[in-house]
Amino acid sequence: MATPVKVHGPPLSTAVSRVLACLIEKDVPFQLIPVNMAKGEHKSPDFLKIQPFGQVPAFQDEATSLFESRAICRYICEKYPEKGNKGLYGTNPLAKASIDQWVEAEGQSFNPPSSVLVFQLAFAPRMKLKQDQSLISQNEAKLEKVLDVYDKRLGESRFLAGDDFSLADLSHLPNAHYLVNAAERGELFTSKKNVERWWGEISSRDSWKKVVDMQKQST
Amino acid sequence: MAAIKVHGSSLSTAVQRVVACLYEKEVDFQFVAINMAAGEHKSESFLALNPFGQVPAFEDGDLKLFESRAITYYVAHEYADKGTQLLIPGSNKEAAVLQLWAEVEAHQFNSPASALAWELFYKPIFGKETDTAAVEENEAKLGKVLDVYEIRLTESKYLAADYFTLADLYHLPNLQCLLGTSAKKLLEARPHVSAWVEEITVRPAWSKVLAMQKQ
Repeated sequence: MATPVKVHGPPLSTAVSRVLACLIEKDVPFQLIPVNMAKGEHKSPDFLKIQPFGQVPAFQDEATSLFESRAICRYICEKYPEKGNKGLYGTNPLAKASIDQWVEAEGQSFNPPSSVLVFQLAFAPRMKLKQDQSLISQNEAKLEKVLDVYDKRLGESRFLAGDDFSLADLSHLPNAHYLVNAAERGELFTSKKNVERWWGEISSRDSWKKVVDMQKQST
Repeated sequence: MAAIKVHGSSLSTAVQRVVACLYEKEVDFQFVAINMAAGEHKSESFLALNPFGQVPAFEDGDLKLFESRAITYYVAHEYADKGTQLLIPGSNKEAAVLQLWAEVEAHQFNSPASALAWELFYKPIFGKETDTAAVEENEAKLGKVLDVYEIRLTESKYLAADYFTLADLYHLPNLQCLLGTSAKKLLEARPHVSAWVEEITVRPAWSKVLAMQKQ
């Protein structure tokens, strides 16, 4: 029997939870290895060997080490095409191209403003750090524009890349979850009809509920 | 008439990323110039190709795509047998290493590099004033990223493999901008990074991309 893959990092980390969601969707057994970031474990020489940028997650599959959550997710989907959700990364090249397009849109357009907002609104207060109001307003405005594009798209298509839930939708779960549940920014999603419908669908998936449970249990 | 169309401006780094890939793959394409100064990228007809109103937009027959890294990934797979091998065929693990360094470009390198390109390369062209604080901040960030690259490039000839792949190609547009500015010192200060930059920027396919800008 193959050794379970290892994910290093706290489930509260958005990038770590992206990988966990993918592993659970694909029904791939894994071992979660805690990394004590408060103690700077992610900057230790041992950790830097598996993630030279000193960030989480790091990932190991036997002798292979990987990092960057979206690369890890694609690797999991490519290695285990027949397990769990078979269509998560598409079952043909055209489907995959569309999924890649929306994973890139998430990474390039949704992630930057939403990450700033998650940090400023959900993490900074809990870490007793001062919030930057102008950064918050700027990024709310940016994210609104991005979600306007999403709303139009989701009026034409059930999920971002097509008719089926995919890695593209999954990629959004971590930041969106915090915006809705820990930053009081649910209105960003509920004020747009199609985005609201889409968010309701993707956030109620069993796999995401399990990740949220893991996050709660880790506190 | 080529089945492949790239809509954009030759000044755009994202457009250059796609065009570099097409030249490497020796695949015919039609370049459809988009007049960004006139706001053409926000027109209804362009938004139908890229709903974010950004360049490039891409067509291959009926297939329409946006996001330069998704487009190039599609091209590299679809035309795997043509031109330069830009992927790592074979095991999932090796392919994943390419994905990893492509993500590093997108999420670690691109932000500070394009911020510096904007401040030091584009703003002077558009007659705008450089923000020196932004330059300092992004030089520090990019320096840290390049420190990781320096170590990686002592272990590996190119980022993802012993040969040039998409992961290296993704860096070309912003690297070229930086070479034309004072920020090139960050590249020159690191011997393996410097050698890598020199090698990849003299590739014939990249020279063709540069030639397009002169037209």
